[in-house]
Amino acid sequence: MNRFLVPLGAFALLAIVLAISIKHSPEKGIIPSPLIGKAAPPFNLPVLNDSTRTLSNADLKGRWYVFNVWGTWCVSCREEHPFLLQIQKSGLVPVIGLDWKDDDAQAREWLSQLGNPYQTIAVDREGRTAIDWGVYAAPESFLVNPQGIVVYKCTGELTPEIWQTQFVPRLAAGRAGS
Amino acid sequence: MRRVLLALLLALGCATLHAVDTTELSDPKLQARYIALTHELRCMQCQNETIADSPVGLAADMRRAVREMLLAGKSDDDVRNFMVARYGEFILFRPRFSARTAWLWLAPGVLLIIGAIVAVRVLRQRSALVGQDNEPLEEDISRP
Repeated sequence: MNRFLVPLGAFALLAIVLAISIKHSPEKGIIPSPLIGKAAPPFNLPVLNDSTRTLSNADLKGRWYVFNVWGTWCVSCREEHPFLLQIQKSGLVPVIGLDWKDDDAQAREWLSQLGNPYQTIAVDREGRTAIDWGVYAAPESFLVNPQGIVVYKCTGELTPEIWQTQFVPRLAAGRAGS
Repeated sequence: MRRVLLALLLALGCATLHAVDTTELSDPKLQARYIALTHELRCMQCQNETIADSPVGLAADMRRAVREMLLAGKSDDDVRNFMVARYGEFILFRPRFSARTAWLWLAPGVLLIIGAIVAVRVLRQRSALVGQDNEPLEEDISRP
């Protein structure tokens, strides 16, 4: 019996360590963004519906906004779209769109067919801003505070549940504090 | 069976022959560093492929970023830091040594040492047993 004690103990220890790491590992495929708590990466991009304008973070300083990365080639974006319209209707916070590696004409058609939930849409044709924001799977939604700090990131479809549990409380707390 | 094997062989052939990234930098030194770096950065979209092997658009954009940084004279660590700042440590296929990853790097050595100690002790015990046993083997067998 005694000779099995050490290997058994070692095995139990290993099992406990692995169980703890599995429990604490984030949801499969979702990688926590290193951007949380840091300044939103700077960008200065053309605006989809107005070729004379550009949009930069400096324009957005001083207010809360949701930065939503989408593209007409992205299936989940279509599923997410009705809820973005609801957010816009609620008037709680403006949604800024980042049209990621997309065709401008197709993007305009998508918006005229499905409705436009965005206050402004920045166009990232080459995908450089997306890399700066650590984007890897559209749709992605960032919550940015008036100081220009990224407060939260949702990778994948923004659902009413994530909105209610993650975005709304942060917005409320931030506004109560300021 | 033969058909399956043939199909497998053909599939393998495709995988090795089809290069995703055909970019060549004019400076062979930069090209070597470019190849090394793109083989140690993870494509965040496919997650088990390097950006050198992944055919998706994001990997191509990330390769372009690596290329531009190298051409701008940035060091390998600058490139790694750029990617880690945006995507986190997960993007490195070879994790860096830190307090959090120390066990990952040290565990194999520690386990090897423990294994060696156990092996030496077991071997010593065995040879000690053999030393005590003076009776010839045949007698053991022929004993009633």
